[in-house]
Amino acid sequence: MNVEFARSGSTLVAKLSGELDLLTAPSFRSQVDGALQESASRNLVLELSKLSFVDSSGLGAILGRYKAVSQLGGRMLLVDPQPQVKRIFTLSGLFKIMDLAPSLEQALEMVQEG
Amino acid sequence: MEVLNQLKLEFLSKPENIGLARLTVASFAAQLDFTLSEIEELKVVVSEAVSNAVLHGYAHKEGMVRIEATLYPDKLELVVADQGQGIEDIDQAREPAYTTTPDRMGLGFTFIESFMDEVEIQSQPGQGTWIRMTKSPEGKEPEV
Repeated sequence: MNVEFARSGSTLVAKLSGELDLLTAPSFRSQVDGALQESASRNLVLELSKLSFVDSSGLGAILGRYKAVSQLGGRMLLVDPQPQVKRIFTLSGLFKIMDLAPSLEQALEMVQEG
Repeated sequence: MEVLNQLKLEFLSKPENIGLARLTVASFAAQLDFTLSEIEELKVVVSEAVSNAVLHGYAHKEGMVRIEATLYPDKLELVVADQGQGIEDIDQAREPAYTTTPDRMGLGFTFIESFMDEVEIQSQPGQGTWIRMTKSPEGKEPEV
């Protein structure tokens, strides 16, 4: 699991690659929380095109970041998940609480609109 | 029924071994006519079953996790077993969203039940947990 960060205004973009499971969830959690704090970002966009695997431990870590961002009044969006990852999100009901943006550009527009 | 191939894998209950387990089972299962999407489902199933053993079975200590995968002409049979603390109430553990560790949303068994054709769980407190699952490639009806 590798996470690369970029900032756009008040939004932090985290680009995930690799696999998000019980092994990698703690590192994902601490890297994203650290970057959010350091950049004082309000919103979070997860760019998922290079994320090849997610299970319930990974989902839990994503949901945890959503709760943290929402509590501070920010918005969190998901972009470009691979089909197998998207399927797990759908089955878990994650899209009932978190939105999927068609592209990174659109995600950044959507978070600015609030 | 004719056994086409068989795999036994045993490893310490460390999170580091979860990826190894799911990739090994996935490449073994690929000998049957599973679609790519079914192979991805199997990876999730192995990940959930082994994560359960690591997190719950051996909550505060380490022990061995055993996987047995058997290929039949029309299905894969998968057994994941630990000798950890066991499950007190299996029906409760199988309920969607039931969780003792909120970090995983209680979805482990939900994915296992959604992706496998048969799921059988045997467990008793102090006696470990044994899960037997089968899955047939799409369009292949298991022999009765």
